[in-house]
Amino acid sequence: MIDVIVIGGGNAALCAALMAREAGASVLLLESAPREWRGGNSQHTRNLRCMHDAPQDVLVDAYPEEEFWQDLLKVTGGATDEKLARLAIRASSTCRTWMRRHGVRFQPSLAGTLHLSRTNAFFMGGGKALVNAYYRSAGNLGVQVRYQAPVDRLELKDGRFVAAYVGDERIEAKACVLAAGGFESNREWLREAWGRNERGEWPADNFLIRGTRYNQGTLLKFMMGQGADIIGDPSQSHCVAIDARAPRYDGGICTRVDAVSLGVMVNREGLRFYDEGEDFWPKRYAIWGRLVALQPGQIGYCIIDSKAVGRFMPPVFPGVRADSLPELARAMGLPEAAFVKTLADFNAACRVGTFDHTVLDDCHTEGLAPVKSHWARPIDTPPFYGYALRPGITFTYLGLKTDERAAVHFGGVPSDNLFVAGEMMAGNVLGKGYTAGVGMSIGTAFGRIAGTSAAAAAGKEVAHAAA
Amino acid sequence: MQQLEALTRDAIALGNGEAPPSARGALPLTANEAEVARQLQICNACRYCEGFCAVFPAMTRRLEFGRADIHYLANLCHNCGACLYACQYAPPHEFAVAVPQAMARVRGETYQHYAWPAGFGALYRRNGTVVALALAGALALFLVLAARMAGPAWVQPLAGNFYAVFPHNFLVAVFGAAFGFAVLALAVGVRRFWRDVSPAADLPPGQEPLLAAARAPAAAEAAHHVAALTYLGGGHGDGCNNEDDRYSLVRRRLHHLTFYGFLLCFAATSVATLYHYALGRHAPYPVASLPVVLGTLGGLGLLAGPAGLLWLGLRREPLQGDVAQRPMDRAFIALLLLTSATGLALLAGRDSAAMATLLAVHLGVVLALFLTMPYGKFAHGIFRGAALFRNAIEKRLPSRLRLGAE
Repeated sequence: MIDVIVIGGGNAALCAALMAREAGASVLLLESAPREWRGGNSQHTRNLRCMHDAPQDVLVDAYPEEEFWQDLLKVTGGATDEKLARLAIRASSTCRTWMRRHGVRFQPSLAGTLHLSRTNAFFMGGGKALVNAYYRSAGNLGVQVRYQAPVDRLELKDGRFVAAYVGDERIEAKACVLAAGGFESNREWLREAWGRNERGEWPADNFLIRGTRYNQGTLLKFMMGQGADIIGDPSQSHCVAIDARAPRYDGGICTRVDAVSLGVMVNREGLRFYDEGEDFWPKRYAIWGRLVALQPGQIGYCIIDSKAVGRFMPPVFPGVRADSLPELARAMGLPEAAFVKTLADFNAACRVGTFDHTVLDDCHTEGLAPVKSHWARPIDTPPFYGYALRPGITFTYLGLKTDERAAVHFGGVPSDNLFVAGEMMAGNVLGKGYTAGVGMSIGTAFGRIAGTSAAAAAGKEVAHAAA
Repeated sequence: MQQLEALTRDAIALGNGEAPPSARGALPLTANEAEVARQLQICNACRYCEGFCAVFPAMTRRLEFGRADIHYLANLCHNCGACLYACQYAPPHEFAVAVPQAMARVRGETYQHYAWPAGFGALYRRNGTVVALALAGALALFLVLAARMAGPAWVQPLAGNFYAVFPHNFLVAVFGAAFGFAVLALAVGVRRFWRDVSPAADLPPGQEPLLAAARAPAAAEAAHHVAALTYLGGGHGDGCNNEDDRYSLVRRRLHHLTFYGFLLCFAATSVATLYHYALGRHAPYPVASLPVVLGTLGGLGLLAGPAGLLWLGLRREPLQGDVAQRPMDRAFIALLLLTSATGLALLAGRDSAAMATLLAVHLGVVLALFLTMPYGKFAHGIFRGAALFRNAIEKRLPSRLRLGAE
């Protein structure tokens, strides 16, 4: 019998498989995707948020535990478990040596991401390169990997794992790690979670999924049915406004449009609906998915003029371009009169001081609702550009409750041999909100813990040197 | 902004043999150039590959990709393949990003486009055939000449005295002319390339002093990157890719063997020329002499390097490069291999009765190599050197973009 089955094929699953194998366990990793789509959402990631007390290779200055914890506390509004959060934070300070040993390479923060050069270690080549390195290392160490092997149910007995089923095939093991991701690509579940709005629309039907199409939440739902302890709200997800032309799945990072704070956002009716200049874009980009989801048709339009060109990360799709605002309205299919009035009112309300996109400047609107608090400049210099945006789901928060051993719980009692890692439990630490790279910190920390716990549960007690 | 739809329209128009809609005065992009522009627009919105090589940092200095940018970036790309395997948008993703392949296709076009004389650019397209014909022709020439010039010496042991078969002045004239032509054609070609991609071509006003100050250190840096083949290291130093996501330094080492092997052979010839004219010491040189030692070492490098590169090329992932250029790649590799193999055979058999034949064959191969040099794979090193020089200059000039953090 195999010692450890790992269900899932992304970062957390691979960390678990590698740790269990290093502890001497025989490991079988079951990835539901075919090889070319392996890695789940990890293939779209780019960095890991890392605690460090002094400059380290690609990381400048220091990012102490307390500051990391305060950042996490702030973004989650307290929806976190301090003990588990601090565990992940501390692990992030030591895990990179181990990651390097398995072939992961790091690079300095990318052009346009200077604000992350202190806190986040970027993977050279991004998450897919990391996933490739881990699979290669796993193969070298003798971890068995099966692709296109979706597990749809488990055999459990008194809170213990007995076997996993891939279709009708029953696979027994001494211990199991669940690291199969969230449910964001399960269209029906999303529809159910978001419900029907007052306009009679099913908003989730218009959502794009930024990551893998394989995160169907099958095991999450199965575990809920088995009475596993759950954490998080199913209607909560990390949701960003992305280009409406993005593919339905796997659009990844390049579909974002970073021009919102430099212009205005209007809805399908040509009306503004939120303060575009409330705060720096990295602190606000993640609210716009939900804001757009609440608009009619779940669509918003970011409008800029030529003054903004060259001041934001180039988007993957070119904007709709026009030499006048009425022409732009027609080109984007917006009601011309309402749109032109919105822009005229906005332009008239702008109080332009000294424009500076790197600080919360004094360019703002007066007597306009909603206000634009910063970087407000009249949109008056042709050519004009428009980008249609839709909600793009990055991941969901719903998960299994766990502890510092990464054990799955039933009625408050931890399982002896069933563990959980990655998106399936990230909600324990990140109940809501987000800060760059923290998903990978949690996935790496708890993936490694789950792997070690599973190996121990299978009777392999080889102690790991600390990273 | 280079619009994706517009690019697609242009590509369709070009495919139909019409003038592309975007061709308002500016030169239209070819379909392959448009494909590079399309892919780089995706890359520029992602940027995960920045650490691998020089191409992606250079890309982030631009928002749009015109023809000169594309030619420059295509030749800056070393086809290491790292970005292909790391790419979240590589096939089967619908964005179908395969930068090494797109760049390789444009590189092939740039060699043709900048070739001198202009009409000879077409030789690239049938390079395999051209090399084969050049080789057959040059071999036939030297074998016939050997038979006629050497007369009865043709089949006698001559104790390594090449000049008993072909007079020294004859060899100098033939090879001097062939090599001189190759150097001239390549120099004119790369000069035409440089006119298009030079930083001076689109320098913002006031930066002339910066550009002037950048040239010398940039030349040194570019020379270092050529000599060390920095960008076959993958950015992390683990090497580049060939048939899958595994990194390996083998390709860089094989290139080094080839490159330095070639240079050693060149040095052997140069030293021998010096001996001949300056010191009055005429061939044959003893085995332990400098020309023979240099030539032997170079020949061994030129045997091992190209053989290994051929083996790697046979195993290369098709998306990592342009399959249509394989005949050109292999023809050049074959010529290098034949050059070293026949050279070493000549050394081994120079005291035997077969010397004249071995000499004729070796000279035929070398002549074919020289004649096809400006219209084949050899050009990649020259164009890449120029692109590296441009990159080294560009890095020393301020960026024109003021992108806010995303």
